[in-house]
Amino acid sequence: MRFVLRRLGFFTLTLWAAVTLNFLLPRMMPGNPALAAIAGHRGSLSPGALRVMEAQFGLNTHQSLVAQYVKYIGDMATGNFGESLTTQPGNSVAHMVLDAIPWTLGLVGVTTVLAFILGTWIGIVSAWRHGGRVDSIMPPVFVIMTVVPYFWLGLVLILIFGVTLHWLPYFFTYDFTLTPGFNGAFIGNVLQHAILPSFTLLITTIGTWVLTMRNNMITTLSEDYVRMARAKGLPGRRIMLSYAARNAILPNVTGFAMSLGFVVGGAILIEYVFNYQGVGYLLLDAVNNDDYPLMQALFLLITVVVLVAILLSDIATAILDPRTREAS
Amino acid sequence: MAMPRTLGGGPGAAGRPGTGGPQVLVPAGGLPTPGAGITGARSLRRMVRAITANRKATTGAALLLIFSLVALFPGVIAHDDPTAEIYASKLGPSAHHLLGTTALGQDMFAQVIYGTRPVLEIALGVGIGATVIAMLIGVAAAYLGGLWDSVLNLITDVLLVIPLFPLLIVISRYLGVGGAGTEVMIVVITATGWSYTARQLRSQALSLRNRDFLEAARVRGERPLYIVVVEIIPTMTSLLVASFLTNALYAVLFSSGLQFIGLGDPNVISWGTMLYWAENNEAFQTGQVLWIIVPGLCIVALGAAFALLNYAFDEIGNPALRPVRSMRGKRVQPAQ
Repeated sequence: MRFVLRRLGFFTLTLWAAVTLNFLLPRMMPGNPALAAIAGHRGSLSPGALRVMEAQFGLNTHQSLVAQYVKYIGDMATGNFGESLTTQPGNSVAHMVLDAIPWTLGLVGVTTVLAFILGTWIGIVSAWRHGGRVDSIMPPVFVIMTVVPYFWLGLVLILIFGVTLHWLPYFFTYDFTLTPGFNGAFIGNVLQHAILPSFTLLITTIGTWVLTMRNNMITTLSEDYVRMARAKGLPGRRIMLSYAARNAILPNVTGFAMSLGFVVGGAILIEYVFNYQGVGYLLLDAVNNDDYPLMQALFLLITVVVLVAILLSDIATAILDPRTREAS
Repeated sequence: MAMPRTLGGGPGAAGRPGTGGPQVLVPAGGLPTPGAGITGARSLRRMVRAITANRKATTGAALLLIFSLVALFPGVIAHDDPTAEIYASKLGPSAHHLLGTTALGQDMFAQVIYGTRPVLEIALGVGIGATVIAMLIGVAAAYLGGLWDSVLNLITDVLLVIPLFPLLIVISRYLGVGGAGTEVMIVVITATGWSYTARQLRSQALSLRNRDFLEAARVRGERPLYIVVVEIIPTMTSLLVASFLTNALYAVLFSSGLQFIGLGDPNVISWGTMLYWAENNEAFQTGQVLWIIVPGLCIVALGAAFALLNYAFDEIGNPALRPVRSMRGKRVQPAQ
């Protein structure tokens, strides 16, 4: 219980740090670029929106920094993220973010789960056949796969399967000609649009799971209890899964919990390359348009999701592994 | 909270692990526990021998050497000015223009060659900078203990969980006028990226705290600075090298990603900005395939150099991971 409370404390503190970064960054930078941007968009803003914006970034206010800060924290705590400045002027930021979330969750979330399952399995089998032909060429291949930049692989896949072969769509989340709805044609179209970005993400992330699992499993395979299991004549499959893999998988599971947290902000460049209208695309849109309220809200959202995932994984680890409880 | 950092939301993920940044390689196994008597020079010599004995390490080192030479003497290899827009645009590869020309009429080969230096500068700058900061903070936290340890540890933990790539995007935007140049990139990526290593180094330093050889130094009456520099830091050589390689790799991926989306200085000639201009000029639609393929391959090759070296050091530190020469006909025994 004390452990959970400590983690909750840490969670709150990190959240506070992220909000404070959001507050301080635009005010610390030379020339206060956020203010310059607001000034630049003055003509296109309604007076009301302008006043909100000015208040949010400390322009033309006679409030002290501390008073601004208190108000800012209050706004963030009550979910008052303001209105979009330039991307969709006047639209509620919270609304825009909520619209983008399902796309990212669907694309990156599903792919992350797939990569984890597939990668862990490959790692288990590869470690089990340590020294075999596949295992001897595999580590360097996966090491190299982990350094391929997402966005570049995305471009290459677009070139091959989109521009050249015309097999798959590579722009937007669905065809503009279709009306979104819960029917076969639309769902099929959405899935088609997800294939290339999802494949890009899968290829570039799977290596980490494979290598971590393989290397942990190899270390575990040299433990005495595994030799004992062999001596008892247990079937190989049982030793592989119930003895070695079961103990070696913990780091991968922890990593998986963390990577779920990075789902929302994790594929920014993939969404950018494929014009996939998720959270990452929205963030870059906001960045390119100097839409600071939207940018701040998204950064905060991405951080909060990570924190929640870490908190949950900590609690899960504490329940599953008594050693962590004692250590703290 | 000693979790492996996965999937940074980097140019890939981030981050490093995590963060919408680049992807992270999680070193397996625990921390190496060096024997008390290993001196820096000796472990360095061992390292050189290890590199030549491990095929992955040799490949990585060779790649790194080639890129370093190209970065040092670009003029020897490419004879064109990479910025001059003086040629016909969109030429195909030829003897005059090995990779053809860009849509803006620049020689692409010269751009690839001259683009090596800024990337390596960022990799080295961040690799060294982040490692030094991590070392100072990690060792200070472990050595000073008490309140200092709690505070430094907290800062490290907070930075560790804030998604790096989105943070980099936000900071780069605020810094924004004209995009981030090489120095700014180094500072920003270093400032945000040191936390993972600091945590590792702190654990290592903590595990040493009560070892006999440190006790002996204290009894001899050595000053704390001497103990830290001469006794503690040499035992961390392998972690420091791993930290340099990991941070350099992230720097390459993060900075290329930032440049690609236009947050770098578009006038710097580097692989990331080449990709930015290629994308903006619709290189694929106009058939300028090499404009995108070649800079990307260079990023992969340089990244692979750092990653292969890192992985090889992991194998060297943990002999069980080394490739097994297969024993034909026999059941493969678990490696020792």
